[in-house]
Amino acid sequence: MSDKPAGSAIAANTAAAPAAAEPANEGRLRLRIEFDPQRQGSPWWIPIVSVVLALAVCAVFIAASGMNPLAVYRKMFMGAFGTEFGFTETLVKTIPLLLCGLGVAIAYRISVWNIGAEGQFAAGAIAATAVTIYFPGLPAYAAIPLMIAFSLAAGGLWGLLTAIPRTYFRVNELISSLMLNYVALLALDYFVFGPWKDPKGMNFPGTPMFTEAQSLPVLGATRLHLGLVFGLAAVLLYALLIRYTRWGYELKLIGANPDAAKNAGIPLNRHILIVMLLSGGLAGLAGMSEVSGVAHRLMYGISPGYGYTAIIVAWLAKLNPFGIILSSFLFGGLIVGGYSVQTIGLPSSVSLMLQGAILFFLIAGDTLFKLRLRRSGGKGREA
Amino acid sequence: MTVTMSVEMRQIVKRFGTVTANDHVDFGALPGEIHALLGENGAGKSTMMCMLSGVYRPTSGDILIGGEKVRIRSPKDAMKLGVGMVFQNFRLVQTLSAAENIVLGERSSFWRGPKWIKRKQEEIEAISRKFGLSFPVDRPIWQLSVGEQQRVEIVKTLYRGANLIILDEPTSVLTPGEVDRLFETLASMKAEGKSVILTTHKLKEVMAASDRISVMRKGRMIAVMDKKETNERELARLMVGKDFAAPRPLADRPKGKPVLIMDRVEVLGGHGRKALDGISLQVHEGEIVGVAGVAGNGQKELAEVLAGLTEWRKGTIQFGGQTFKRASVRAAIEAGIAHVPENRMKSGLAGSLGAVDNLLSKSYRTPDRSRLGFLLHGRNRSWSQSLIERFDVKTPGIDTPVRQLSGGNQQKLLFAREIEMNPKLMLAVHPTQGLDVGAAEGVHRLLTDLREAGRSVLLISEDLEEIMQLSDRILVIYNGAIAGEFSRAEADRERIGMYMAGLRDAEGDAG
Repeated sequence: MSDKPAGSAIAANTAAAPAAAEPANEGRLRLRIEFDPQRQGSPWWIPIVSVVLALAVCAVFIAASGMNPLAVYRKMFMGAFGTEFGFTETLVKTIPLLLCGLGVAIAYRISVWNIGAEGQFAAGAIAATAVTIYFPGLPAYAAIPLMIAFSLAAGGLWGLLTAIPRTYFRVNELISSLMLNYVALLALDYFVFGPWKDPKGMNFPGTPMFTEAQSLPVLGATRLHLGLVFGLAAVLLYALLIRYTRWGYELKLIGANPDAAKNAGIPLNRHILIVMLLSGGLAGLAGMSEVSGVAHRLMYGISPGYGYTAIIVAWLAKLNPFGIILSSFLFGGLIVGGYSVQTIGLPSSVSLMLQGAILFFLIAGDTLFKLRLRRSGGKGREA
Repeated sequence: MTVTMSVEMRQIVKRFGTVTANDHVDFGALPGEIHALLGENGAGKSTMMCMLSGVYRPTSGDILIGGEKVRIRSPKDAMKLGVGMVFQNFRLVQTLSAAENIVLGERSSFWRGPKWIKRKQEEIEAISRKFGLSFPVDRPIWQLSVGEQQRVEIVKTLYRGANLIILDEPTSVLTPGEVDRLFETLASMKAEGKSVILTTHKLKEVMAASDRISVMRKGRMIAVMDKKETNERELARLMVGKDFAAPRPLADRPKGKPVLIMDRVEVLGGHGRKALDGISLQVHEGEIVGVAGVAGNGQKELAEVLAGLTEWRKGTIQFGGQTFKRASVRAAIEAGIAHVPENRMKSGLAGSLGAVDNLLSKSYRTPDRSRLGFLLHGRNRSWSQSLIERFDVKTPGIDTPVRQLSGGNQQKLLFAREIEMNPKLMLAVHPTQGLDVGAAEGVHRLLTDLREAGRSVLLISEDLEEIMQLSDRILVIYNGAIAGEFSRAEADRERIGMYMAGLRDAEGDAG
């Protein structure tokens, strides 16, 4: 990592007997690793290599616990993608990851490090549930749009709570968005343990079940719900906006070079606010689709950490909106596959281990790619 | 020679790619002297000193310390050889105390014990007393003034046993009182037999503080002399040089109406200093006005305030008949101010995007480029293609990231964008920096073409030759105000050099 010539031998040479030692250095080949100022970004194959390496490393741990890693991976794969049930379950898990992943990716594109998708998800879920609590009798055509609008607004406002201090007071958004996650999750707990708890729920920390009118329509006999359409539509809309609108162009320029954007008269602060509103809104929509499409109630532990996994999903896709469809599907499969290995005696945290390993190799890959090997004999020359 | 030089650099050559920063330069400093290395920005003095302190390595040439040939491969090597450098931008850890910064990197046993830092603080205080460098040793750096931070840096080199102390532009960040104090310190270091080298372009300070003076210009050593044998006037002449490139022939044009009128504009810089101190200037239609000056005299702020990037405190800016009320980049663009910024890749272009996106950034709001918030995609692409052809930008394709283009082609692309917005005023800041001769020539032609077309150009450059070649009028900026004005006919390198150095001559035709 250091760009100094490695090894104490050189330093000792110059200090002790500089004149005498000098010829000995000439011609000897040394290699050193340094940052290559030319390289920016990383190639498309880094995510693929990262996934493969993660599988390989986790195989060691699976083998160490006395299982055949290939058999475990096969089991996971079949569990996630091999059956109709598994496949639709994977899609069910894909939905919140897709929406949250797109949300954080939008923010990351302009270097706003929103790690608060988990809290924005919770805010959206609470707001959608509020509609069912305070307007119980609405028909589907009124209830569902209202729930969507509430969740978008709540998630967006939760995002703004991070964006406003960041733009006006230079508060680090990493800290504030992370902290707000706990606030939102504890608020959620308050509602389901307190005022909104189902009186007939035998003390279960959850609201009463939603009515048919308050639930998103599902596909046939599966649990796959309309949320998938929301996710895909959001991706498509975002990609079109970025490519064809003035607003999208401004975001692209900010993402590529904020100084150049400033010189073009683009107001950075306003864009950060809008982007965080959108980023939070998408996570909020994910929260709505989860309560209305899957759980049919707001309950304790509604998110198994979708908002955090979404961060990995976004990076794995290198923030490309269409790539997020793929990576969220992969991670959905990882969650479902994790459940299925429980039947052969491994904990489902295998999938968490894989998630972590993938992120590790992704970040390592992006960093290592920026390095170059340099030969430094008498003169520095590129290797 | 009877006295051994404490440092000697022989026939030093340093090349960065195709650019030669130092061309067979000889330099030496004696023990117990204060040696000033004088030169304009880009003359190669900092590069020389960076090789001495191990930041760069010479392409060829020898460095001798105490008469012995040495190889300095890193700042650590330099430190071991007794060379310490105080950089213009301090290398201090803001959250650590002054003492902790000074002992940073020192080898000691793993367990230092509770008294260790106390002992070190006493050592440091002893050194600072000896050289008259007082600062609170136990305070974190961020609480110290700039002058105090510089003292920390100097003590750092002394603490590490430096016999040769290099100060790179040490006075540029100091108040006048602090400057006097610094010179007292340098004198006490000299009395201890240490060699002090300071690089600067300020003549007054050179004359006040140094014993011997080396003058560099364009990567070469021009002269070495005793202070007693010279004067400011001679130094100014040596620094800017006599060699004179013939000005470009410019067609005569009648003076047009004034386009830009700045009246006593004041802009605050860092540390509450006035970066622009009541600057007044006018630019007329069809005229190229060059702003000459040594870096850091307000050029950056002048460009920024006109581009709408910086707010001003006092004074008025009138442009094309309207009066700007507050800083707004959009208002500046819409009024017709094109801006070629100082560092094209830092703030002019987005390196990862292609030519189309970079060309659009000033005009994407116009009805030719977008309607109802939607970009006219196909139309913009063919427009970009035609611009690339018209301005002869060599690129593999309009979607190739502009980072991959050569500097000259990047600059052409930037000019294409700015000229295409049909500006009334072109604000060009160091437009040929880092370009080879051919590309610079191309840029100059674009600027004179604008003049032919009746547009105005405000050319801010540190390259006096460029300014003298192109400008109808030359303004010299010094300490945030216009110190002098010269017409093309009366432009005289030597006198401009004097004004740039803050030495107004008696005739006083200052504006």
